[in-house]
Amino acid sequence: MLHIVACIKQVPDTKIIKMNPKTNTMDRASAPAILNPYDAHAVEEAVRLKKKYGGIVSVLTMGPPPAVKAIKKCIELGADEGYMISDRAFAGADTLATSYALTKALEKIAKHRPIDLIICGKMTIDGDTGQVGPGIARRLNIPPLTGVNKVVEVNKEKGYAIVHRKLEDGYEVVKSQLPCLFTVEKDINDISFAPLPNMIKAARYQPTIWTADDLEDVDRKQLGLKGSPTIVSKVWAPPKPEGGKILTGTKEEQVNELLSIILEKKELFS
Amino acid sequence: MPEKFDCIVVGAGPAGTACAYELAKAGVNVLLLERGEYPGAKNVMGGVLYRKMMEDIIPEFYKEAPLERPIVEQRFMMMDKESAVTFSYKGLEWGREPYNNFTVLRAKFDQWFAEKAVEQGALLVCETVAVECIVENGRVVGVRTDRPDGDIYADVVVLADGVNSLLAKQLGFHREWRPDEVALATMEILKLDKNVIEDRFNLEANQGCTIEIFGDATKGILGTGFLYTNKDTLSIGVGTLLSGLIKHKIKPYELLEYVKNHPMIRPYIQGSEPVEYLAHLIPEGGYHSIPKVAGNGVLVVGDAAQLVNAIHREGSNMAMTSGRLAAETIIMAKEQKDFSESMLDQYRMKLMESFIGQDLKKYKDATHHFESFPQYFEQYIPMLNRATSQMFTVDGASKWEKQKKIWRDLGSTKQKFKLARDMMKAWKVMK
Ligand SMILES: Cc1cc2nc3c(=O)[nH]c(=O)nc-3n(C[C@H](O)[C@H](O)[C@H](O)COP(=O)(O)OP(=O)(O)OC[C@H]3O[C@@H](n4cnc5c(N)ncnc54)[C@H](O)[C@@H]3O)c2cc1C
Ligand SMILES: Cc1cc2nc3c(=O)[nH]c(=O)nc-3n(C[C@H](O)[C@H](O)[C@H](O)COP(=O)(O)OP(=O)(O)OC[C@H]3O[C@@H](n4cnc5c(N)ncnc54)[C@H](O)[C@@H]3O)c2cc1C
Repeated sequence: MLHIVACIKQVPDTKIIKMNPKTNTMDRASAPAILNPYDAHAVEEAVRLKKKYGGIVSVLTMGPPPAVKAIKKCIELGADEGYMISDRAFAGADTLATSYALTKALEKIAKHRPIDLIICGKMTIDGDTGQVGPGIARRLNIPPLTGVNKVVEVNKEKGYAIVHRKLEDGYEVVKSQLPCLFTVEKDINDISFAPLPNMIKAARYQPTIWTADDLEDVDRKQLGLKGSPTIVSKVWAPPKPEGGKILTGTKEEQVNELLSIILEKKELFS
Repeated sequence: MPEKFDCIVVGAGPAGTACAYELAKAGVNVLLLERGEYPGAKNVMGGVLYRKMMEDIIPEFYKEAPLERPIVEQRFMMMDKESAVTFSYKGLEWGREPYNNFTVLRAKFDQWFAEKAVEQGALLVCETVAVECIVENGRVVGVRTDRPDGDIYADVVVLADGVNSLLAKQLGFHREWRPDEVALATMEILKLDKNVIEDRFNLEANQGCTIEIFGDATKGILGTGFLYTNKDTLSIGVGTLLSGLIKHKIKPYELLEYVKNHPMIRPYIQGSEPVEYLAHLIPEGGYHSIPKVAGNGVLVVGDAAQLVNAIHREGSNMAMTSGRLAAETIIMAKEQKDFSESMLDQYRMKLMESFIGQDLKKYKDATHHFESFPQYFEQYIPMLNRATSQMFTVDGASKWEKQKKIWRDLGSTKQKFKLARDMMKAWKVMK
C-alpha cells in the first residue's frame, strides 16, 4: 500500500488581493484564503495514484488555525488524513524554516506510517519561491523531482517512480528511486468534481494538530522567525510597462500590419 | 449505501440556517446544503435585519454578529421630479440595547449565522446544488445533488431554496410565479468614507438611517427605492413588480441609474464608488400566493413559501421565524416518528397563527390594489408634493387663498370624489 503525503498551504487569493500602496505588501485581510492552486493539483495527483495503485493519501500543512479549512478542501478532493502543525513558534518562517518544520512533521508521520512519496506544488501564489519542496527533499535526503507534469508509473515493490519533467523545450522522462518528492505543475491533471460523500466527510473532518512540542528532536533555533535568515530589505512593485501596441484582426491582418511596422523601422535592416 | 440524515435543509439563507440551527440544537442530525461557495456568497438584501426574530433564535446575537449599524432613524420620502415630502422618525432608544433593527451585508451575516448552526452540530456542505427531491411512494425521502454519488436521504426535507424554489415547483407545490407576484430589485453597494456618511445622514458613530423612497424613484411604477447606511458603504436599490417593468418597458438597471441621478438622492451618494452590483427577485404575491407548504416528508420555508411583507420590506425575519416553526414541527414529528403530510401540516397552522400569517393577511389585497390603480403613485404623490410646496411657499398669498388653490389642484368635483374613494380603498386594504 502506497502512502503518499501532499504538502499544502493556505494562501490569500492573489487574483483579487489588494496591495498596501505604502508598504507594497499584501493586505491579507482583503482576500479570502484558499488552497494554493498548485497544491490542489498535488492532492488530485495523489488521489489518482491512490485509486490506481491502492493506498493512503495524507496531507500536511503548516499554518494558523484557519488553515484547517484548506485541509478540509483536500478531504473533499479525496485525501484520507490531514495533519497540521500550528504554533506561534512557527510564525514568520522563511523557506528554510518552513521546510525544516515540515520535515520534522513528515518524520513524525512516517513513524506511524512509512511514506513512499511526497508531492508538493510547484510553488505558492503568495510566496512564489518554489523552494520548500526541494528544501524538504534535501533534508530527508531523498531525490527531488521538480516540474513534474505527468506520472507514468509508481512501483512500490520494485521501489521506483517514472515521471515527465517539464522543460523549456519539451519534457524529460526520469526514473527515480522511492521514496522521492515531486513538485507538480498545474497541467499534470484537471481537478475532479468531488463526490457528495467526500463533501460530507470533509464537513465533519477534524485534522490532527501538532504544536512544536509535539514534534520530536526539534531544534527550536531553526523554527519560525528565529530560524529564518531571509532578510527582506525592500519590496517594490515593478513599473507598469509603457507604450507598445496590440495588433487586432485576423491572423493575416496582424502579420501584415506587423511586417509593415518592421519594414518602416528601416534601421532594423541598415 | 448513501448516508441517511434525520433532516436535510436545502439553502443556507436566513430561513434554512434558522431551521438547521434549531434542529441541531435539539440534537437532530441535520445536513444543510448550500449551492454558493459559502453561505451568503450570492445572497441579496437591502439590508435591514430585525432584532426580535433573530433573538428568538440567538439571544443577544448583536454582541458578536457582523452587523453594520443599528437603525435610529427611518425616513419615508414621497418623491416627485424635483421635490419630496418626507416623514421620519428618529429615536435614540433604537440605538441602545435591545435595539430595533440593524443594517447588514448578507455575504458576511449569512456566513456567520451558518457558522453558528455548525457550532450547534449542523453539518454544512457548500458548493452543492440540490437538483430535485427524491420521491418514493408519494413521499419525499431525500434530495439528488449535482455531485457524483449525489443522492442523500432523510426523514424530512426542508426547502429553503429562496424565491424561485425550483424544488417546490417540481413537486407541484406552486406554478411559475406570475409577473405580478414577484418584484425585481437591483441594488448597488457604494463605498463612502464613514465620517462622510455620518455627516450626510446626521448620525453619530454606530447609528444608522434608512430611507424608503416612493413615487418618482420608480417613475410611478408600483415599487420602492431604498437608501441604507452601512459602516463605510451605502446600499441603494430599487424594486418594482416584474409586471410593472414589463408594462413600462423599463430595464431594472435604468431605474437604478435614474434614482442614483435623481436630484433628491444624488447629494447623498456623491463621491461614492460602486463596489458591488446585485439583482434579485423578491416574492411579493403575499397571502394569496402562499403555496402548499407541507407535504409527505417535506416543508417549505422563507421566500420559497412567498413569506414576504412587501409593504414593510420584511422578509428575512419571516424567513427566520418560518424556519424556526418548521424546526419545531420536525422535532415534534420526530418524537412521534411520523413525517406524513397530516403531521407536518401543523407547520402551516403555526405559520398562520404567528405574526407572519397575521401580517400577510392584513395586507392580502394591498399589492394587488396598488398594482391595479396606478394613480396612487402616478398622480397622488406629485399632488401631495404640489400641495406641500403651495402651503409652505411664502409669496404674499393668504393661507386661505393657498388652501383654495390646493383644493382646485385636486381637480373637478368628480375627480375629488374619486380621490376620496381611492383614499378610502387604500385605508381598507391597509387597515
Ligand atoms: C521576499 C519574501 C518576503 C517574505 N516576507 C514574509 C513575511 O514578512 N511574513 C511571512 O509570514 N511570510 C513572508 N514570506 C513568505 C514565506 O517566507 C513563505 O510563504 C514560506 O516560507 C513558504 O514559501 P513559499 O510560499 O515561497 O512556498 P513555495 O516554496 O513556493 O512552495 C512550494 C510548495 O511547498 C509546499 N509548502 C509551502 N509552504 C507550505 C506550508 N506552510 N505548509 C505545507 N506545505 C507548504 C507546498 O506544496 C507548495 O506548493 C516572504 C517570502 C518572500 C519570498
Ligand atoms: C434588494 C432586496 C432588498 C431586500 N431588503 C430586505 C430588507 O431590508 N429586510 C428584510 O427583512 N428583507 C429584505 N429582502 C428580502 C429578503 O432578502 C428575503 O426575504 C430573505 O433573504 C429570504 O430568506 P430565505 O432564506 O428564504 O432565502 P434566500 O436568502 O434567498 O436564501 C436561499 C438560499 O438557498 C440557496 N439555494 C437556492 N437553491 C438551491 C439549491 N437548489 N441547492 C442548494 N442551495 C440552494 C441559495 O444560494 C441561498 O443561499 C430584500 C430582498 C431583496 C432582493
